[in-house]
Amino acid sequence: MAFDITRPILLVDDYVTMLRILRNIFVQLKFTSIHEATDGVTALAELRAGDYSLVMSDWNMEPMTGLELLREVRADEKLKQIPFIMVTAESKTENVIVAKKAGVSNYIVKPFNANTLKSKLVSVIGEF
Amino acid sequence: MSGIADQEQLAQQLIDLQKAEPGSVRLEDVSAVVAGIMDAARKEMASSDNEVVAKMIGLADYIESAKREIASLRPDEVKDRHLPAAADELDEIVAETAEATNRIMDATETIQGAVADADEATQETIFNASNQIFEACGFQDITGQRVTKVVKALKDIEEKVDSLISAFGDEIAEYKALNIADEQPTDAPADAPVDFDDISDEMLLQGPQLADEAMLQDEIDRLLNSA
Repeated sequence: MAFDITRPILLVDDYVTMLRILRNIFVQLKFTSIHEATDGVTALAELRAGDYSLVMSDWNMEPMTGLELLREVRADEKLKQIPFIMVTAESKTENVIVAKKAGVSNYIVKPFNANTLKSKLVSVIGEF
Repeated sequence: MSGIADQEQLAQQLIDLQKAEPGSVRLEDVSAVVAGIMDAARKEMASSDNEVVAKMIGLADYIESAKREIASLRPDEVKDRHLPAAADELDEIVAETAEATNRIMDATETIQGAVADADEATQETIFNASNQIFEACGFQDITGQRVTKVVKALKDIEEKVDSLISAFGDEIAEYKALNIADEQPTDAPADAPVDFDDISDEMLLQGPQLADEAMLQDEIDRLLNSA
């Protein structure tokens, strides 16, 4: 069954510029319910209050980092199955391994392009 | 003390004490050995007094010379003027690039909206081009993070300069100048084993890596897909 692109997704980044870039790409991909948060704490509250089908988050944020958000999501019975893609400039080996151990669904290093983002989306949620 | 005649005898007494059963050592024996060590040290000092004094004088000269060199660097200017100015400039770069990037994206969205009634081929061309503009605007996020790293490094330097100013106290006022920022101590060797369960978030957050340190997306994919 194809992923339902009308279901809400959450984009998390403390750089508004990056949120706009991500939003634009998702609009081009025909996603219709795109929500945004500029920090991990807000994102977690959003996730707990809503019915999200995907999280795409930056790592380097304050006060809650993307990794902490990921761990919170994976530790939450209601949220733990949500696909979580890290989009970050942190590109060191240890970062990827730690994110993987924390349960990240995929990892996109910045800067990226729309094709990379789409291919990672497909690998996580399937064709849409 | 008088029973200890030379250093060999003293050394033997020390060895005997080390080998003695716990609780069997008498306090007066320990006291005699300590007194013997102190006596030997005093004799050694007396025979090398001249050498010690010469070294002290050399050290004092070296310190005076170092103070003059430090003063000539005018570290007060570094702390009060150069470092804040550099940080301000970098903050401004971030703000200006963010503003410019948002203007670029505003204009691009306007273009996207204006072609809604155009034929399909034109729309596709415009959307593909505008997508590339949006992707390119990602530079602002990356450069912003890099600049933030530089600002943080400047603040670290400023703190070290402050510490040196405090340490020199009156000397700074006298010479109207200051210091040399110590180099950061190096972390553990690069090839040291890493415990990924014990590595802190703070240690991981290093911001964008330099080109020769960064992993490529393909490498990340391979790592993620590995067993």
